[in-house]
Amino acid sequence: MGLGLLASRALRSSRIIRNSTRTIVSTPELKNADAAAAAAAAADAPSDLPKRNPVGGARVHLPNPDDVIEVFVDGYPVKIPKGMTVLQACEIAGVDIPRFCYHSRLSIAGNCRMCLVEVEKSPKPVASCAMPALPGMKIKTDTPIAKKAREGVMEFLLMNHPLDCPICDQGGECDLQDQSMAFGSDRGRFTEMKRSVVDKNLGPLVKTVMTRCIQCTRCVRFASEVAGVEDLGMLGRGSGEEIGTYVEKLMTSELSGNVIDICPVGALTSKPFAFKARNWELKGTESIDVTDAVGSNIRIDSRGPEVMRVVPRLNEDINEEWISDKTRFFYDGLKRQRLNDPMIRGADGRFQAVSWRDALAIVAEVMHQIKPEEIVGVAGKLSDAESMMALKDLLNKMGSNNIFCEGNGMSPNADLRSGYIMNTSISGLEKADAFLLVGTQPRVEAAMVNARIRKTVKATNAKVGYVGPAADFNYDHEHLGTDPQTLVEIAKGSHPFSSALKNAKNPVIIVGAGVFDRDDKDAVFAAVDTIAKNNNVVRPDWNGLNVLLLNAAQAAALDLGLVPESDKCIESAKFVYLMGADDVNLDKLPDDAFVVYQGHHGDRGVYRANVILPASAFTEKEGIYENTEGCAQITMPAVPTVGDARDDWKIVRALSEVAGVALPYDSLGAIRSRIKTVAPNLLEVDERQPATFSTSLRPEVSQKVSATPFTPAVENFYMTDAITRASKIMAQCSALLKK
Amino acid sequence: MFGRLAAQRLNEIRTSIRRTTQASRSFSTALNYHIDTPDNKTDLPWEFNNANKEKVKEILSFYPSNYKQSAVIPLLDLAQQQNGGWLPVSAMNAVAKVVEVAPIRVYEVATFYTMFNRTKVGKYHLLVCGTTPCMIRGSRGIEEAILKHLGVKRNEVTKDGLFSVGEMECMGCCVNAPMMTVADYSNGSEGYAYNYYEDLTPKKAVEIVEAFRKGEKPPRGTQNPGRINCGPEGGNTTLLGEPKAPPCRDLDAAE
Ligand code: SF4
Ligand code: FES
Ligand code: FES
Repeated sequence: MGLGLLASRALRSSRIIRNSTRTIVSTPELKNADAAAAAAAAADAPSDLPKRNPVGGARVHLPNPDDVIEVFVDGYPVKIPKGMTVLQACEIAGVDIPRFCYHSRLSIAGNCRMCLVEVEKSPKPVASCAMPALPGMKIKTDTPIAKKAREGVMEFLLMNHPLDCPICDQGGECDLQDQSMAFGSDRGRFTEMKRSVVDKNLGPLVKTVMTRCIQCTRCVRFASEVAGVEDLGMLGRGSGEEIGTYVEKLMTSELSGNVIDICPVGALTSKPFAFKARNWELKGTESIDVTDAVGSNIRIDSRGPEVMRVVPRLNEDINEEWISDKTRFFYDGLKRQRLNDPMIRGADGRFQAVSWRDALAIVAEVMHQIKPEEIVGVAGKLSDAESMMALKDLLNKMGSNNIFCEGNGMSPNADLRSGYIMNTSISGLEKADAFLLVGTQPRVEAAMVNARIRKTVKATNAKVGYVGPAADFNYDHEHLGTDPQTLVEIAKGSHPFSSALKNAKNPVIIVGAGVFDRDDKDAVFAAVDTIAKNNNVVRPDWNGLNVLLLNAAQAAALDLGLVPESDKCIESAKFVYLMGADDVNLDKLPDDAFVVYQGHHGDRGVYRANVILPASAFTEKEGIYENTEGCAQITMPAVPTVGDARDDWKIVRALSEVAGVALPYDSLGAIRSRIKTVAPNLLEVDERQPATFSTSLRPEVSQKVSATPFTPAVENFYMTDAITRASKIMAQCSALLKK
Repeated sequence: MFGRLAAQRLNEIRTSIRRTTQASRSFSTALNYHIDTPDNKTDLPWEFNNANKEKVKEILSFYPSNYKQSAVIPLLDLAQQQNGGWLPVSAMNAVAKVVEVAPIRVYEVATFYTMFNRTKVGKYHLLVCGTTPCMIRGSRGIEEAILKHLGVKRNEVTKDGLFSVGEMECMGCCVNAPMMTVADYSNGSEGYAYNYYEDLTPKKAVEIVEAFRKGEKPPRGTQNPGRINCGPEGGNTTLLGEPKAPPCRDLDAAE
């Protein structure tokens, strides 16, 4: 390009400014609307239309053939169920309509106008997200009118937007950026002052740059509809409109991080992630969350050896597209207090780094000196199925059968699978119309399950009865009592809530896993079984009897039969193998017992340990985890292990060899074949395996329920395991948000 | 040649930017978030007084019991009258409690409507119309005159707490432009008045202010003695005869 050309360009543009006769239409065909329309009409001919696929490969479910209507999208006929919006119809026809305020899981606001399309016989472009599709409607999404409408809306949206993409964390994954590239004009005509808005302090997780906000109100709707905290609102009017809380208030929701994802611009971004990385530098690894028993599907975004952030993955059956704040923000705990060398406690009580060979030799030697029944193995709450299998096999080979998983109690009932999983399934909860929560506070134990219950309660006005200590709920509930006696009353039918259960079509009972630690747990479960029987909770077409587990390892541990031979094994133990177990109570452990701690964090378990074997965290290994509803899922390694750490099962396998009782597998595949012989359901990955037998087969119990009130199972939502306890962000959250 | 052109272009851009900064955009003056002050804090108690509690009941009775939140605007209005013309955050919280919604839903309404004042106003809140017809007829001059007379800025309260001046958009009285409204909170919600003073001149406006200061209630409506309500000065000039029936249809024959 010659200088002359440049110069004439500069001249031309300056002239344009002076006369202010710029044309905003960048696409030439718009200048000649008639010809373009004619061309569009020609393309309309329905003769040889190529087959189109719905956006995102979605499947259309037509529940009732009578309620099906046909509409035409750009001339292409689609069949949709009645009641769908024009936007949904277009999606089914494979046309992705640009949008900002519309979100399929939130109510329709219709306030951004980005989704304008042309509908034949309608005088103006219509907002497709809010317009119900009517039979025979002729929708046009790529006519000059529709294009021009979008371009206009885009220009308005960008009018007050700071256009600070280079310093914005959303850059690269911003709806506004993408859609202005695709649908916007190549220049704006706005030369006035832009407005600016005061940033709000929403707490330690969500960073706000409110000047970037385009007032789509997704965050407001999310907060009040999904998270159940009515804190955010749209304040003011016109160009002074802003999102805020009016009085300064932190967003005290366990789901608050999701507003980062739903905000289509960079107004709400992640505070811990701020200015840390650009999203295109990150490597995404699809994995599973292990901080609770829900098994939320996540994507671990890493750069080099570092986990940079965690974002949700869509899984309609488990977490929809949300994750809890703990899942999203615990990741900085992965970088802190890590164990990276095998260590042995010397005579002076200090740890000394040694080689793997020495550490394993010592452990093997001590193990052989101890009587088999004095050997105890404890699997931690973050253990994967493979390592638990290996540990159990090792202990069995040593002659001990004292192995259990923390959280399951000392005498778990592993015989009936339906007795410890969520039989209704998480998505099945949506069909329920009455809930009885027994000793469980789902909001802190399993935030995603709580979100489902809340969704159900909002949609169907389902009644919720709660037995347990006073707790925080974000939906209407009745606090029936604090101790198991209430259950007996409900079982007898003498409690007012019994009638609510009786009248319910699909009643659901959820027992918290905290009950596992109670002495009268059998009696509690018997009472629950009676309630279930009296109220038709378990039928061939409906199973409403559930246990809500607390930890990622629990379900698989019970499937694999991690049940200690004696419930007093800790008191008499001489050798304890802690595989990431930090919350097991070791007070009663004899002082001369030898403790091996195998794990990834220098957490509680390390204080008592004699030998430390560094293991990899779940972000660094492949492992099967079964969630509370009985769905096995696999984590994938996203980052390399730190230091000298090794995968849990490999350590156990190596130890078995040093101890002379080599386990018969040395690859993940082989260990999985071994698992297949014990719990084949664990290999049916990503598919929920319902329990075969119902709990009605449980033996009679003579035990009586005690009057001890239920206790909260989770004291602090933000810090439940070794990783979250090491996380600074989680510490901040618990300091600020837990009052 | 290229350098010169570029410099010239740059200069143009500069001037165009400079030009726009001068014409600064004025936004509605009230903040859209709350800042704690000694007389406006969330933890200050606030309640409807006994007389108004009756009114609250009456207002609520207009709405179905499952749509209580519909009463939020009249209740905010009542609270504002009771509180001397402005709504502290605790009053909004009280309203939220009455209509059983989260406080933020009430804040949203209160910040949306400019007639809800969220900062202190005078006993007489003077609102000068600033929309085009009134502006053309000299509303700026009127506002200036009042502000100068009272020695305050817009949205400021005079030292004696009697007056404050604000701006309003068109109040539907353009035919008698320029005009202002006086919201009279001097007697609580019982004596509350909201009167229009039309056909103002700067002098007339100041006189009205002075009358209020003396405790008088100057007559509302047009201040031009030659006009009756919104009729033209000196009597009607058109439509003088009897109105004729529409010529199109013979209604008797139609029967
Ligand atoms: S902050 Fe984000 S989500 Fe909320 S209204 Fe603004 S743009 Fe929408
Ligand atoms: S997506 Fe339809 S108006 Fe916003
Ligand atoms: S413009 Fe002032 S009343 Fe209409």
